[in-house]
Amino acid sequence: MTSYLIKRLLQSLFAVWGVVTLVFLILQLSGDPALLLAPEGATGEDIALIRSQLGLDRSMIVQYGHYFWDLLHFDLGRSFVQELPVTEIIASRIAYTLYLALAALVLAFCVGIPVGIITGIYRGKWIEKILIPFVLIGQSMPTFWTGILMIMFFAVRLGVLPASGADGFSSVIMPAISLGALSMATFARIFRTSIIEELNKDYVRAARAKGLSFFRILFLHIIRNASIPLITISALELAMLLAGAVIVETVFAWPGLGQLTVQAIESRDFLIVQALVLLGSMVYIFLNFIADILYSVVDPRIKLRGAEHE
Amino acid sequence: MNSESLEIERTLTKKSPLLSVMKELLKIWPLCLIFGVCILSAILAPLIAPMDPDAQNLLARLKPPGSLIKGQVYWLGSDQLGRDLLSRIIYGGRISIFIAFLSVTVSTSIGSWLGLMAGYYRGVAETVIMRIVDIVLSIPAILLAIITVAVLGPGLQNLIIVLGLTRWPRYARVAYGQSISVSKMNYIKSARFTGVSTSRILWRHIFPNIVAPLLVVATLEFGLMILFEAGLSFLGLGVQPPTASWGSILSIGRNYMGIAWWIATFPGICLFFLVLSVNMIGDYLRDRIDPRFKKR
Repeated sequence: MTSYLIKRLLQSLFAVWGVVTLVFLILQLSGDPALLLAPEGATGEDIALIRSQLGLDRSMIVQYGHYFWDLLHFDLGRSFVQELPVTEIIASRIAYTLYLALAALVLAFCVGIPVGIITGIYRGKWIEKILIPFVLIGQSMPTFWTGILMIMFFAVRLGVLPASGADGFSSVIMPAISLGALSMATFARIFRTSIIEELNKDYVRAARAKGLSFFRILFLHIIRNASIPLITISALELAMLLAGAVIVETVFAWPGLGQLTVQAIESRDFLIVQALVLLGSMVYIFLNFIADILYSVVDPRIKLRGAEHE
Repeated sequence: MNSESLEIERTLTKKSPLLSVMKELLKIWPLCLIFGVCILSAILAPLIAPMDPDAQNLLARLKPPGSLIKGQVYWLGSDQLGRDLLSRIIYGGRISIFIAFLSVTVSTSIGSWLGLMAGYYRGVAETVIMRIVDIVLSIPAILLAIITVAVLGPGLQNLIIVLGLTRWPRYARVAYGQSISVSKMNYIKSARFTGVSTSRILWRHIFPNIVAPLLVVATLEFGLMILFEAGLSFLGLGVQPPTASWGSILSIGRNYMGIAWWIATFPGICLFFLVLSVNMIGDYLRDRIDPRFKKR
């Protein structure tokens, strides 16, 4: 276990290094990063000042060293547009995105799992035939379109929910549904497959033969065993939800990191874009790491199989 | 020889992979029909679009579906500049499908070539290529696309570059895994012993046998690329006005939700049905063709 943990940790650290380097290289793609970092309407003098301030006039290796060193100290620079440290700007928004992503995750759980259980148990019955199209729809609806349709119906037509902003519990409902729809479908599909697999196992038959009622077996054994894949998928889904927030937050004018990303691109505040991409990737790598660890803790066979492949 | 390679060898001896894909597609013709209609309308856009998609008519601003103005019927209504929504959707679909097709082509070419190299040569090539794959896959695709668009600037060409360059690792992983198992097969070994050149082995003997799973990935990725293009254009980072794309029409529609529901509704319906059909075709093919899923 320890060697697996260390190996996986080293892999993650390598990925972190890779992402940081890739973002640095993408920045160099523009030709002159100073032009990219300068706010709109900056004069030639301003650009020269930015160039010397950030050391962009030095060799690429030195720049890379400085860039890496600053990141190691969590120094993400100072926004030229908002004239505030980037970390401060991000800190003021992060809670909103977390709130939205967690709300979407909880919603996806609360709807996806029961749908997965029902469609798994009642395979081929009418209830499955009704629910499966909803799962397919959830999977193929573009998040921003779901959002727009909901605003048109619930906010504009019925006027029961606020169309935008983050003001109270009611304002999180629509963004959470449109962000979580895909995860709901994913949970339902995965849970359905797990339930079907478990239903065919010998222990279920043995328990039935012993005289246990079906619902007792379902809640005591089947659901517990079928939950294993969900534990790891949740970590990955949370990562996807955080990334997906970029679009949903724009639709609903939700003041989180996603909206900040789009605003930063519009106002050419590249330091913020860079910081957000780095942060998003770090969280993604971290959650992937957690998912893998959970995977091997919950089901040791998986780790062994993984090790065999390597 | 493991069961996966046995499975691949068995399917190979039966029929060509492309033929089997075609045969499977015939069984799900309704989905293929939706997909086909979208593709055809994209190709024939200049012939079937009732009006010029960029022609403005200020007298016909924000007219509901079915409005008749100066002898012209706006079947799906008009937008804030009086442009015919149906024509814009047809042309927008053309742009969206074109971008998705080109970006899938770019990423398939890069990814399958690199994956093939990594799987066949192993050693240093494998380590370098597959570690780069790991790194690119560690950045959420939408964020990678956003930062690249932020650097290169929005636009059609950059969008294709961004999507092509961010999505190749998916294909590389599949090509890599498949080429490892195919390389181990006896007929490849005998080809090597009889002195067949490496490039011939790669392209004539290994590549055709890994095409089917790559095609499945490409189908699923095509749907994703349509969504990505729409998402980025919706954020204003993709196709720039006045060029229509489904994402950019939806973005305009968002501003007129209260007074013109049709602008945000119809392109969404097209987007939804196209993605649904592509996803279902991809899922179906994956279950039938991809040996990894066939076993389950």
